[in-house]
Amino acid sequence: MSSVIRATDWREATVAAIAPETPRAATLTLDVPGWDGHRAGQHVDVRLTAEDGYRAQRSYSIASAPEDGRPMITVEELFDGEVSPWFVQVAAEGDMFEVRGPFGGWFVWDASETQPIMLIAGGSGLVPLMSMLRHRRNAGSQVPAKLLVSAREADDVLYARELETIGVDVVLTYTRRAPRDWTGYTRRVDRAMLQETAILGGRTYICGPTTFVETVADHLVALGEPPANIRTERFGGG
Amino acid sequence: MPVTRGFNRRRETTPGDRLPPGQYLERGFPVLSAGPTPETPLDEWTFRITGAVDAEREWTWEEFQALEKETPTVDIHCVTTWSKFDTTWEGVSVDTLLDGVEPLGGYVTAFSDGGYTTNLPLEDLTGGRAWVVYGFDGEALEPEHGGPARLLVPHLYFWKSAKWVRGLYFMESDDPGFWETLGYHDRGDPWLEQRYQGD
Repeated sequence: MSSVIRATDWREATVAAIAPETPRAATLTLDVPGWDGHRAGQHVDVRLTAEDGYRAQRSYSIASAPEDGRPMITVEELFDGEVSPWFVQVAAEGDMFEVRGPFGGWFVWDASETQPIMLIAGGSGLVPLMSMLRHRRNAGSQVPAKLLVSAREADDVLYARELETIGVDVVLTYTRRAPRDWTGYTRRVDRAMLQETAILGGRTYICGPTTFVETVADHLVALGEPPANIRTERFGGG
Repeated sequence: MPVTRGFNRRRETTPGDRLPPGQYLERGFPVLSAGPTPETPLDEWTFRITGAVDAEREWTWEEFQALEKETPTVDIHCVTTWSKFDTTWEGVSVDTLLDGVEPLGGYVTAFSDGGYTTNLPLEDLTGGRAWVVYGFDGEALEPEHGGPARLLVPHLYFWKSAKWVRGLYFMESDDPGFWETLGYHDRGDPWLEQRYQGD
């Protein structure tokens, strides 16, 4: 009998810490037996079981850097969601649910890579990109990197304070309501904004809701970016 | 199995036997893809049967439209855990495409615009279980959902239903495709919950 835990094995995870990120999102630090690290950008599958045996399963991106040890996930509560409200409103230290992973070998970045990186997030699509930025910082990587975040309003920006010291240029655009003294962008990401802000010619990672990702990727291709250099991850559902 | 404190069912669906393990019922239609949506003008579009076959085949868009149409209504299951019931498509059965073709290998790589590939054993593509579809819900298939044409193999996880498909490449041995090389399961049967390599 082998005692090696594989990524595909379900394990009982314990919430070691929980911190609100925004009024609608929380970051959970997990104790996962046999956790063997991850690559920046990967996700875990989680499975919650109700008293009556009903189970629900979802995928969540890992927010922490590989160097952080215990994995952290950031969950944003979705309107009419079934699983995300539990993480944001109910979960407390010591709670348990099942986890397996990490998974994903495409939407990942390693500090040994040398291309410039352009990271573009719609809302909570920032989560896997934050893992990459934390990894870049921890590893002392010098590759040029930039982050463009589209958020509805200031309350929706994850990791706002940490972004100030993450060591890359961060461009924000508010699509619904900007802070009173805001002088930056106040519209959806469009071609002109990408032309003004994006690092072109390197590798681009885009994560967010489907239409956001679709639009941004199309604009970048129209600006001449080779599709092979654009990696996307989209989310939907509750 | 551990009970998660304070977690309760919120969705009053009773999908019964139609929902594979670990899936939930989605009313929208999310998409999953690895990069930008490719654009292929229809006058440049072809569909090819190639590789280990006795004679290769190729159809233009116009020729493809003239092939016998079917309108399968099927349930689809994405590896990211959403399922959608009763989706209606329009297209051509792979059986029709292979009519008169002698395969010389039992494995197929479906290849797409944008470089995406996925691998399937031939037996998963035949017997009325797979189509190349260009219509969804009575309309032309939209690019973000794989238009102008995508593979439809609803009995496997939906990444096997390659978007923007341009042909089937036959081989004598199995050759993992895009997601399969990146840790996803080689076959992807949702009823066996074959999500990742090792499942």
